[in-house]
Amino acid sequence: MQFQQQPAQQADSLDLMVNMGPQHPSTHGVFRLVIWIDGERIVRAEPHIGYLHRGSEKLCEGEQYGQIITLFDRLDYVSNLNCELAFCLTVEKLMGLEVPDRASCIRVVLCELNRIASHMLFYGVFGLDAGAMTPILYGFRERERVQSLFERVTGARMMHNYIRVGGVKEDLPSDFAERLGELTALLRAGIDECDELLTNNELFLSRTKGVGAIGGSEGVDYGLSGPSLRAAGVAEDVRVSEPYSIYDRFDYGIPVGTYGDCFDRYYVRMEEMRQSLRIVDQAMEQMEPGPVSAKVRRIARPPKGEAYLRTESPRGDFGVYLVSDGSDKPYRVKVRAPSFANLQALQRLLRGAYVADAVVILGSIDIVLGEVDR
Amino acid sequence: MSPVEALYYGLAALGLMAFLSVMVLALTWGERKALARIQMRMGPMRVGLHGTLQPVADVMKLVLKEDILPSWADRRIYWAAPLAVFVPAFLVWVTIPVSRDVVIRNMDVGLFYVVAITALSVLGLVMAGWGSANKYAILGGLRAAGQLISYEVPFIMAALAVAMLSQSLDLTEIVDGQAVFANALVQPLGLFLFFTAGLAELGRTPFDIHHAESEVVGGPFVEYSGAHWAVFFLAEYVNTFTIAALTVLLFFGGWRWPDVPFDGGVHTALSVLWFMVKTYAVILVIFWVRGTYPRLRIDQLMAFGWKLLVPLSFANIVLTGVVLFYGWPLWTLTVLSLGLLGGAFYLISILPGRGPSRMTVAVRPARDLRTRAAGSSASGVDSR
Repeated sequence: MQFQQQPAQQADSLDLMVNMGPQHPSTHGVFRLVIWIDGERIVRAEPHIGYLHRGSEKLCEGEQYGQIITLFDRLDYVSNLNCELAFCLTVEKLMGLEVPDRASCIRVVLCELNRIASHMLFYGVFGLDAGAMTPILYGFRERERVQSLFERVTGARMMHNYIRVGGVKEDLPSDFAERLGELTALLRAGIDECDELLTNNELFLSRTKGVGAIGGSEGVDYGLSGPSLRAAGVAEDVRVSEPYSIYDRFDYGIPVGTYGDCFDRYYVRMEEMRQSLRIVDQAMEQMEPGPVSAKVRRIARPPKGEAYLRTESPRGDFGVYLVSDGSDKPYRVKVRAPSFANLQALQRLLRGAYVADAVVILGSIDIVLGEVDR
Repeated sequence: MSPVEALYYGLAALGLMAFLSVMVLALTWGERKALARIQMRMGPMRVGLHGTLQPVADVMKLVLKEDILPSWADRRIYWAAPLAVFVPAFLVWVTIPVSRDVVIRNMDVGLFYVVAITALSVLGLVMAGWGSANKYAILGGLRAAGQLISYEVPFIMAALAVAMLSQSLDLTEIVDGQAVFANALVQPLGLFLFFTAGLAELGRTPFDIHHAESEVVGGPFVEYSGAHWAVFFLAEYVNTFTIAALTVLLFFGGWRWPDVPFDGGVHTALSVLWFMVKTYAVILVIFWVRGTYPRLRIDQLMAFGWKLLVPLSFANIVLTGVVLFYGWPLWTLTVLSLGLLGGAFYLISILPGRGPSRMTVAVRPARDLRTRAAGSSASGVDSR
């Protein structure tokens, strides 16, 4: 916080101001980071956001509840289903809807798969940030496999619009269980392979160990959440601390780091993918035939009131605040985007880092600009 | 210089240019294919059989593209920089033999000449960085200067140890000295030093910090396009080829070890072929490293150079000197060299903060966390 309020004079006039972004290759979207460097050391850093602002929250006020789901798809465009789930759960909470068990199981299976797909993208680009060019192709191989299953189920590789208020759009295709079995086996092997390729590399370790470290309490103060916070040693996961949907039924693990450095943030995500697979397996076992949607009117009209619900998106604590005036359109929608909150810690993490570290640190907090700017 | 000599050198320069260009084209294709293999891709497939004509298409594209001069650029320096990088890369090959008789001009001080000329290419990179009037380019140019000058020391020292062993700076004689066994067997440490420092001289992964795409977006080359960029590119690949060829000449017995059979023209042709096979094997290792390694950070790069490679290269010279002075059999040098290399790696592996704390992520069962969250009033945050 102190760092943020530094006067402009703090950066010496001899320091070189470098603009990283919005067209820089490793800012993960249209993010602009202005750094002042003294040689190779960063003296001061200033993030600029807003290049991808589409006014999603305001747009929501003009759309019916069923139409808003497509807007939520475009918030965190790397893990669309998790965003859809957060919104639908909030509407259901406001309406007091009971979702059929099968629908919940389908939601959990797909959302956890989406978490894997999202972390695989992270894995790839994190490798690129550290200067290794091969991980991205391995990461994308796994992501591609997940996406082709999504395509089979929802009809789209991204922007699914599959999770609906009260359930899901339609039942799973008949060959889903079989294809999922193949996919999870492939993913298990794939995750291990990715792990081997990067994790034990001595150069990768020296690039990430001890870089951009942040302590647990400080992380909480900065509003970190998700893998970035868990890497700092705080065992906080919304799926556990405030279970939503049917997450309280499953037996899985929460990876927790020690130092909160880039390596911990990276490895927490690698481990999380394995845990997600465990959840997927259990949810598949618990899935029984039945309806996939509650009896809801075609146009949802939640009663007057407000609701807030937190979910654990791949990036952290994804909250949706919803105010309804009883009509078919929400009065106000506010999204608590984890990437946005995690980005707050960037200045603190960049303090005294090298230019090369800036890229790795930014990669390690895994922001998605669609969600930051909304 | 007589007219005949002038004609010879003129033709030789042209021939060398053609030879190097073909090698660079082959190298770009080979690199793309090798990387594709590592990355589960096909690589170029469309232009020609298995993309063999892809390099030609690339060259066409680069030559036809517009050459952009940034408005703030220092015009003369900006245009001269590609030449300053390319000319040394080209000149080195005047004295590098690909076979006993296939060399433009064999020199008594060939190795010295090679080392002296390679050092020049730094200048071009710094010029490009400065002339572009671009912050990334400046950063990249300065990184290149720091890196290349630091790694010049172990590079030269490793070459020097080989010269001690062969009692000559003449590259042909160095190769002849390895007729029975290659220097790589006698000086594994020297090979490691030379190859690593060579990689750094080239600015290839893991030492590619001066044109790191994810940090300085191409470094000194960021503003270049079209034919001028192509010249940089050409120089870079010629340098890669040079380092691989030097590694083969100095450590893997060049066209000898083992000698190819026959006499006369057939012998020469086979020698050249044998030399090329070895060189491309070394190049494949360079590509392999590129496919699997991340990039070092600048401080780590400097530490690696000055704290590890430079001391080791001095130790290498001392070891070689001692063994030669007392006339010990050469296998003692092998043993000492390997011991030193192993010892250095062991020292690195036990550096504080490296080994024991490697795995810092533990998986905690959700069940335990749930009961704790239920037990306390606040959410999971208190569990820190």
